[in-house]
Amino acid sequence: MTESTLTVALMDAPYEAAASTTAFRIVAAALSRGVGVNVFAYEGAVSLTMREQAPHANPVKGTSVEEEQHPTTKDLVAALLELGRSEPKLTWVNCGLCVDERGAGNAIDGVKRGSPADFLKLALESTTTLVIPTR
Amino acid sequence: MAQSHYVFIESRDPFDSADTGFVADTATVLRQRGRPVTVFLVQNGVLATRVGARASHVPRLTGAGVTVLADEFSLSERGIETAELEAGVRACRIDALVDLLVQPGTKAVWH
Repeated sequence: MTESTLTVALMDAPYEAAASTTAFRIVAAALSRGVGVNVFAYEGAVSLTMREQAPHANPVKGTSVEEEQHPTTKDLVAALLELGRSEPKLTWVNCGLCVDERGAGNAIDGVKRGSPADFLKLALESTTTLVIPTR
Repeated sequence: MAQSHYVFIESRDPFDSADTGFVADTATVLRQRGRPVTVFLVQNGVLATRVGARASHVPRLTGAGVTVLADEFSLSERGIETAELEAGVRACRIDALVDLLVQPGTKAVWH
């Protein structure tokens, strides 16, 4: 059983803010250090896990999809979920209302649907909660 | 009950965002009131760490006894070397932030 748990709330949509990358780094570091993590994705952050995301080529540079190695946020989150599949565990919850607004319901495996009430519950059960707002 | 340890995570460039002064002011006052305070600089927040950076809040923070840490990854991305850092600023990995966050009594504020 993991002794410490960190809950992180995210709000930024994918490919817009450096904060998303920093959040992924915090989650990975926490899991690697034996800290359980809950992520509550709110507003635009629910699109981080959309299954339909696809890497793209770069026609300006003339590079192919393979050459670009463009990282998608859904693949990054999938890697984190794999890292947190057992103890210490990563629980990823998307805000259901935010998902519905954006038509972002087809998420990658392992992502749960919840509500701000779930965020409150996760926060109350955690050692610390970190809210990363949009700017 | 453990005493609160305030951890401010400053992600904004002080030369672009005047409201970074709010974090510096709050951190300084909390420290003056005897609370343990850490400011963790990340992303463009590390642009304040260079020696001689004008209008940087970092000297005021370190002078007040606030622990100032700077994310190595963010420093590296911006070409800032350890030798360029203002006295009292310590470069560290993001693991150090995780260790702070999971200490009982930590109050974390992202800006």
